Amino acid sequence: MEKIYSRPAGLKKMINGYCPGCLHSAAGKLIMSVLEELDLLEKTVMVDGVGCCASNHSYIDIDACGSPHGRPGAVASAIKRCSPETIVVTYQGDGDLASIGLAETMMAANRGDNISVFFINNANYGMTGGQMAPTTLMDMKTSTTPYGRHADEHGYPMHMCEVLNTLTAPSYIARVTCIDAPNMRKARAAVKQAIQHQLDGKGFSMVEFVSNCPTNWGVSPLESLKFIKEKMLPEFPLGEFRNR
Amino acid sequence: MEKVFMKGCEAIAEAAIRAGCRFFAGYPITPQNEIPEYFSRRMPQPDVRGVYLQGESETASAAMLFGAGATGTRSMTSSSSCGISLMSEAIGWMAGSCLPVVICNVVRGGPGIGSIQPAQQDYFQATKASGNGGFRMLVLAPSTVQEAVDMTYRAFDLAQKYMYPVYILCDGFTGAMMEPVVLPEMMSDEAIAAEKKKNESWAVTGRKGAAKGKRIHCGTRHGIPSTLEEKNIADWKMYEQWKIDEVEYECYKTEDAELIITAYGVSARISRSAVDILRNEGYKVGLIRPIKVHPFPEIAYEQLDYDKLRGILCAEMSIPPQFAYDVEAVVRKRTPIATCLRSGGEIIERSAIIDAAKRLYGDK
Amino acid sequence: MENTILIGGIGGQGVMVFGQLLCYTAVETTDKYVTYFPSYGMEKRGGTSNCYVTISDDPVGAPKAEKASYVVVLADPAMDKFQNTLLPGGTMFVDSSVCTKKTHRTDVDVVEVPAGEIARELGDARVANLCMIGAFIGYTQVLPPEKVLATAFKKVGSKRPELNALNEAAFYRGLEIGTAARGRKKDAN
Repeated sequence: MEKIYSRPAGLKKMINGYCPGCLHSAAGKLIMSVLEELDLLEKTVMVDGVGCCASNHSYIDIDACGSPHGRPGAVASAIKRCSPETIVVTYQGDGDLASIGLAETMMAANRGDNISVFFINNANYGMTGGQMAPTTLMDMKTSTTPYGRHADEHGYPMHMCEVLNTLTAPSYIARVTCIDAPNMRKARAAVKQAIQHQLDGKGFSMVEFVSNCPTNWGVSPLESLKFIKEKMLPEFPLGEFRNR
Repeated sequence: MEKVFMKGCEAIAEAAIRAGCRFFAGYPITPQNEIPEYFSRRMPQPDVRGVYLQGESETASAAMLFGAGATGTRSMTSSSSCGISLMSEAIGWMAGSCLPVVICNVVRGGPGIGSIQPAQQDYFQATKASGNGGFRMLVLAPSTVQEAVDMTYRAFDLAQKYMYPVYILCDGFTGAMMEPVVLPEMMSDEAIAAEKKKNESWAVTGRKGAAKGKRIHCGTRHGIPSTLEEKNIADWKMYEQWKIDEVEYECYKTEDAELIITAYGVSARISRSAVDILRNEGYKVGLIRPIKVHPFPEIAYEQLDYDKLRGILCAEMSIPPQFAYDVEAVVRKRTPIATCLRSGGEIIERSAIIDAAKRLYGDK
Repeated sequence: MENTILIGGIGGQGVMVFGQLLCYTAVETTDKYVTYFPSYGMEKRGGTSNCYVTISDDPVGAPKAEKASYVVVLADPAMDKFQNTLLPGGTMFVDSSVCTKKTHRTDVDVVEVPAGEIARELGDARVANLCMIGAFIGYTQVLPPEKVLATAFKKVGSKRPELNALNEAAFYRGLEIGTAARGRKKDAN
C-alpha cells in the first residue's frame, strides 16, 4: 500500500497541548509539511511569539528561538541578517503581532527583511483567558469586553494584511484559513509561496491564518468553524493581497 | 603603538569591532548617538562586513540583539539610561537564555527622561536590577577613554567565557569626551569565525548537522533546556564564582591612608586628582576605585585597617547616592561614611571633594 | 603644568573645531595628557556651545575643569556664563567684532581680537575661527603655530580645501595680534 499521508517530519511524535479543535495544530502541521517538502527542516529557525504560539516550540523538531512578547519581527530580522543562509520564520498570535508587537511587525515589513511571518488570528488572547485582541470582532464578548466590543470604547478590528499591504517593501501577503479541506490546500499553497519568496530573496512575506479559539469562545470545535465562516471571514476576507 | 585622539563613544564602537563584534542594533538617544553612527559607517566596510541595524525602538533593538546573540555572532547594543530601561525586557531574556552579548549604557540624568547631560544615576539598575527576575551581570565601569576601549574589547571575551550578557556602565562624560587612545589589534576574520564556531553546538542557525532541534529560550543554558529552578541555581553559582574570579578594583595611595575616597567611573578620576592635591597638603588620603562595579569589590574595603581610618568619602554623580549604599553595606559602620554628590548633569568639582575630605579628616 | 582652556560661543561658530584643533595638535606633537569635553544645549543650531580642553603633564582629573587658565569668548552669552570661570591672572580672548559685552574682571588679561572683521576683510566670515586660534597660539605659545595650522589643513581643509589660503591668512593675522599682546603683557610685568 502506498503511504499518502503522515505526520510531517518536523513535528515531534507527541500529542500537542493545544485545546481540542484548536486550529493551531493545523497551521503548525502545514508549515512543517512545506518545510519538509522543500527540504528545509535542517536550515530553518522558527521564532515563536508569546501566548499559545510559544508552546509551539515544544512540538516542533527544528531549531527554535523564543522572543520577548511581540518582538519576533525584530528577533527574526536579526537572525536572518546574521545568517542569511538560514530560513527564518516567525509564529505569532494576534496580541503578539498586532498589539504589543505592532511596531516590530510594521518595521520588519517596512524594512523588507527577508523573513516569513505566520500569523494566527483567533480574535482574542487565548493563553491568558480570552481577553480582547486588536482583531476581536464588533460586539464580540471577551473576558475584558464582557458587554461586547463597542466602537466608541474599543475601536474596530485591525486588518493586518490590509495594513501591511500599504507598505512598499513586502513581497508576499495572504490571508487563509484551515476550516475545511479546500481551504487547507489554499493555506498550504500560501505557506509555500511565502517560503519560496524568502528562498528567492524577495523580502518580507506574511500569511495570516483566520483561526479559532473554541475554549475561550465557549463553543464546540465544529461551532467554532461555523463562527469563522459566518462571522470572521466577512470581517477578514481571504486571498492574496500581494504577490510579486 | 599609534595614539589616536577619539571620542569615548566612537572609541567604544571601534574597540567592539576590533574585538570581533559583527552585529550592532540600536536606537538614537543622546549622549550615545556616536556609537550607532560609528557602527553604521564601519560595519559595511570591507575589513568588517558586519551587520548594522537601526531598530524601531530600544525595545526592538534589544530584541534584535537577542536574535543576533542566538546565532552565536559577537553582538552589541548601546543606549542611555531611559533607553536602557526600555531594553530591560530583552536584557532579561538574554540573561534568561544565557546569550553572550554586550550592552553599553552611556549614562545620562534620571529618573525618567532626566536630562541629556552626563550622570552616574543608573548604578542600581546596572548592578542589581537590569530587568525582572533578579539576574546579575558583570558590570564594567571605565573612567578614561582608554579604559572604555580596553573594557569593551574584553567584554566580548567575558561574555563568551561565561555565556552571559556583559554590561558596560559608561557615564556620559567618558562617552562624550575625547582623549588619546591606543586601539587594540583587529581580530582576524579567521579568529572571528573560530569564535563563532565554538557556539555552533547551541546557536540557532538551522541544524546544519549539529545538535538537533536546538532551543534558545528563557530557562535554557547554552541551549540545553532545564527546569527554571535548575537554570537559576546554575546562574547563582556563577554569580558567586564571579566574587572570587572577577573582582577588579584599583587602590591608589591607600597603604598609609587615614581617609579613603571611593568612586567609580568619571568621579574616580576626579577623586584621584583630589587625592594628589590632598597628599601635597599633607593629608594621608587614598582612593579605592571599583573597576567592575559588579561583582562589587568587597575585599578592597575589608582589607582596610579600620583602627587608623578616619572615614570613607563616597563621590558619585547621583542623588540620591547609590554606589555609597554598597560601600556602607561592606563597611558596616566600622568608620564614618560621608558622601560628595552631584546630579542633573552637574559634574562633581574637585574642590568639593577636597573640602568634603578635609571635613571628614579633621585635624592633620 | 596643567593648561585648562574653555571655549564658549554659539553653535556654528566653530567652538568645537577650535578645541579639537588644539587637542589633535597636542596629541600629535607632545607627550602630554589631553582631554576634550564638549557641552551644548538641546538646539542643534544657534544654541550655546562650549568645550573644555585640558593639556597637562599629569593624568587629567575632571574633563570639565572648574576653573580655566584661558577662556575664549566668541559671543555675548559665553561672556556672561564663563567670565567667572577664569582663574585670577588668567587670560581671556574675545572676538571683539561679535561680542558687545566687556568683562567685569579686573584681575585677568584680556586679548581683544576683531576676528569677524578680519575675516570679512579677507573675504569670508567663516575664517574668523582660525584668526581666533592664531591669536590664542600667538599669546599662549602652548603649541607650535605651524603644527596647529597643519592640523587645520588636515581636519578642516579636507572638507573645505578652498578655504585653506584664507584660513592661513586669518591664522597669521591672529597670530600677530596674539604675539603682540603677549609682548605687551611682558613689558607691563
